Amino acid sequence: MKKEIICTVCPRGCRIMVEGEGDTILSVEGYTCKRGLEYASAEFAHPVRILTTTVRIAGIDNDLLPVRSTRPVPKEKVLDCMDVIRKVEVSLPISRYDVVAADICGTGVDIVATKAMEK
Amino acid sequence: MYNVKCDVAIIGGGPAGLAAAIAAREEGAENVLILERDNALGGILQQCIHPGFGLTRFKEELTGPEYYGRFVDRAKELGVNYMLNTMVLQVNHDANEITCTSSQYGLTRVQAGSIVLAMGCREKTRASIMVPGTRPAGLYTAGSAQRLVNRQNIMVGKKVVILGSGDIGMIMARRMTLEGAQVVMVVELMDYLAGLTRNRVQCLDDFNIPLKLAHTITRIEGNERVTGVWVAPVDEKKQPVKELEQFVECDTVLFSVGLMPENELTRKAGIQINPITNGPAVNQYMQTSAPSVFACGNVVHVNDLVDNVSQESTRAGKYAARYAMGKLNKAEKTVACVTGTNVRYLCPQKIDVSAENETVSLWFRVLQPQLGVKLVATCGDEIIAQQKEFRVNPGEMNHIVLETAKLTGDTVTVQVVKED
Amino acid sequence: MLKTDVVVIGAGAVGCAVARELSKYQVDVIVVDKNEDVGGDASKSNSAIIHTGYDATPGTLESQLVVAANPMYDELVRDLDVPFAKVGAILPAITDEQFAKLPEIKEKAFRNHVYDVEYKTAEELLAMEPNLNPAVKGGLYIPRESIIDPFILVQAYAENAYANGVRFLLNTKVTGIRTEDGRVRSVETSGEEIETHWVINCAGLYCDEIAEMVGKAEYKVVARKGQFFILDKNTSCQVNHIVLPIPTKITKGKLMCPTIHGNMLVGPTAEDQDSKVDKSTTAEGLASITADVRNLIPNVNVRDTITQYSGLRPNRNPEGLHFDIWEDLEGYVNLSGVRSTGLTLSVAMGKYVVQQMQYHGAGFVLKENFISRRKGIVKFSECTLEEQEALVSENPLYGNVICRCETVTEAEILDAIHRPLGARSVDAIKRRVRAGMGRCQGGFCGPKVIEILARELGCAPTDINKNNAGSHMVTGTTR
Repeated sequence: MKKEIICTVCPRGCRIMVEGEGDTILSVEGYTCKRGLEYASAEFAHPVRILTTTVRIAGIDNDLLPVRSTRPVPKEKVLDCMDVIRKVEVSLPISRYDVVAADICGTGVDIVATKAMEK
Repeated sequence: MYNVKCDVAIIGGGPAGLAAAIAAREEGAENVLILERDNALGGILQQCIHPGFGLTRFKEELTGPEYYGRFVDRAKELGVNYMLNTMVLQVNHDANEITCTSSQYGLTRVQAGSIVLAMGCREKTRASIMVPGTRPAGLYTAGSAQRLVNRQNIMVGKKVVILGSGDIGMIMARRMTLEGAQVVMVVELMDYLAGLTRNRVQCLDDFNIPLKLAHTITRIEGNERVTGVWVAPVDEKKQPVKELEQFVECDTVLFSVGLMPENELTRKAGIQINPITNGPAVNQYMQTSAPSVFACGNVVHVNDLVDNVSQESTRAGKYAARYAMGKLNKAEKTVACVTGTNVRYLCPQKIDVSAENETVSLWFRVLQPQLGVKLVATCGDEIIAQQKEFRVNPGEMNHIVLETAKLTGDTVTVQVVKED
Repeated sequence: MLKTDVVVIGAGAVGCAVARELSKYQVDVIVVDKNEDVGGDASKSNSAIIHTGYDATPGTLESQLVVAANPMYDELVRDLDVPFAKVGAILPAITDEQFAKLPEIKEKAFRNHVYDVEYKTAEELLAMEPNLNPAVKGGLYIPRESIIDPFILVQAYAENAYANGVRFLLNTKVTGIRTEDGRVRSVETSGEEIETHWVINCAGLYCDEIAEMVGKAEYKVVARKGQFFILDKNTSCQVNHIVLPIPTKITKGKLMCPTIHGNMLVGPTAEDQDSKVDKSTTAEGLASITADVRNLIPNVNVRDTITQYSGLRPNRNPEGLHFDIWEDLEGYVNLSGVRSTGLTLSVAMGKYVVQQMQYHGAGFVLKENFISRRKGIVKFSECTLEEQEALVSENPLYGNVICRCETVTEAEILDAIHRPLGARSVDAIKRRVRAGMGRCQGGFCGPKVIEILARELGCAPTDINKNNAGSHMVTGTTR
């Protein structure tokens, strides 16, 4: 399989052509730096994304707690993760980096608060 | 009237104001006061819950709340004072006085040794770009929608068309999609992306959201709520090709069509405004035409990275503190910064040259995308700085670094030239 | 079934002025309007000018009413606390052909009893209006042409009428008028039926449909669209007067003038159309405004626009302002062809209608306790520092600025919501206190206004409309 990947490592935005199958990469063309080569290979085999969203705060209708995944999650699991997070509700007070959902969708990644909020 | 005295007063508690406040304290100003109109510090970053901040400053990828959180922590550690829910009504730079209002303290007069303007920017609207059609509900600037969705727990619509491929627009495309809305397309007038490539990949391509470059919305339909928009490709003169117009059904249109420095106070105070940036003209200390007033961040010129705002604001805070303490370098002469080929504006617009050699970064945006170029700064006939760039693009700010000791003439010209 | 003496159909400028005039008498009045707010359709999207009538067709009812109305404004705006300024108009002749027309225009003004129109030389005009086309040959000055806040004028009529006992049924559409033995019996609405002795048709754009309900379809309303630009208060090229073009046979042309709140207004177009709802702006229309106004003010900068809108003038075919009471239909009063001069003549029309009703046997008796004055919403931004201080210390919500562009405080917004006939929608707030009327067009304050409205009205944000039913601002919650 051949896939064009736009590199997001730096603003240059190189278009890198990767050929391979699953984890096996046969060729990478069009990169201009080492980081680009690494990015394109990883993006081809296992694309991952940091997931950021909000969760509901118990008893409050007009504010939300911003949250993120501690590490990137597999791209194909992003929407599944959202389904779980949508049902999470936290109580205040909460500190920055408190875990609001552990091991989201079995990814081994936690969803944590990105801001502290007082009661 | 409530009276307050401080060394440095900072208008705005967003990323610019916070960085300036911290720097002013660190430089030795005792009493630093932030005046913030929102109910919390952090500014627009409070609604920017996505990652992408801090790569330059902290060498890690933070979300908006984490990024400003670090600054708020530091400011509190340093004993920076702040007043929330406080709107500045007027700046009087002759008297170094600010008039502001809040529910808590009523009308308040702030006396300061120096003043830092850090009010940020605002979004251009549907009307400012004159999109014809009706005026139904469901038209939002991307930033307003972002505030509602991320901070107020309110969904603005279900089927969305976004005009403008700026970063906020693309980020809202992802945000709305994750929250269950259908983003029909992102429409961009130019034939290139307005925002960062990474946002195109992670916000549009990841969710198969079509990006229509060199297209525009020609008409908005719907009397109560939006029912749809007409979208057409544009010709080389950016005029819509009527015959190719297509109706796109939607209940919401988000406009991400640019930002404007918010300088109502600056104008009212009679401070000189640069017509290109729409922000105050400043020197390398971020000092405006009123010597006691400094400015930083998006109020000066619209930045694309908050890391740059922090850096620039650190400078503003530092020199505002020095000014308040009577320690700012005495200028021997002032050199004007002049835009050359493919340079839209320069910031700072002037450089104060003193006895001490200083390293100054001149930030700028290009007019046109260009590949394989050289950034060149010349003073008289002499090239005083140059650097190679693989690519320049109006959506991404560039800068060139120079030494004030080399500024022998009255002007310095920056241009972008094809590399030979 | 409700019972009343008079039903006024339409809560625009004329309907509300008529209601206010009636409220001076011992008579029960109900105003019915299909919209969610008072303010009408045409009455809220026009050039916001109080005319003198200098260019009306002499001898017509329109001329008579406009000319009579203009001098009434000094007292009216004082009593009802309406922003108003007698800025005066100039009519510059740019070409020789236009210059040759000036005597004719001045003579027409004379025949309309507008005697204070004066000639001005090119030098005088350029001194009055430095941004005027330097090619100007000379022109006319019409000192009593004035500018007003059209929204507040109608709200003020309505609030004052309400204070004097008039009831308002908003969100209520008239669906029929029952007549019996040659006289009006009742008005059927989307809500309750109203038994009444009198019906006054002030329905503007829809006055032909109302007339049809009583079989008096003697004319058709022709909606004439007018598109406008509003420019930023900071725009580089401004004018101090209402700058009017010399009219041609086809059109009165496009003008530029300051608004009472310090913006610049440019327009309108004049486009006849079949639809009574299509208020869209068009690229062509906006381009034509720019092109035409540049003849008068060459440096006008339409790039400084903060909004564009269009209004529909309820012209009629056959043309002209008409007042009708038919001998064979007792209790029915019909107004039609109330077009661009409608705002100006509203105050005189109120008096005219009531007097005509008296002639037709109404027998209304004056009240002794008529409240003639109405106090508007205090505008924090227009107060002196001392006044502002007093306001905030009395009510801390005057310290909470919600709209940055226009410096509108939470206290003003709450006043707009909680006063009689208070605001129920985002646009209604905007028309009362100008939150969202500035250069960011509600980008910053919009989210806050939705929150405040929901809180004060005790409903969900999803229930908040931009204006009429169906114009919901938001669709749900995120979580």
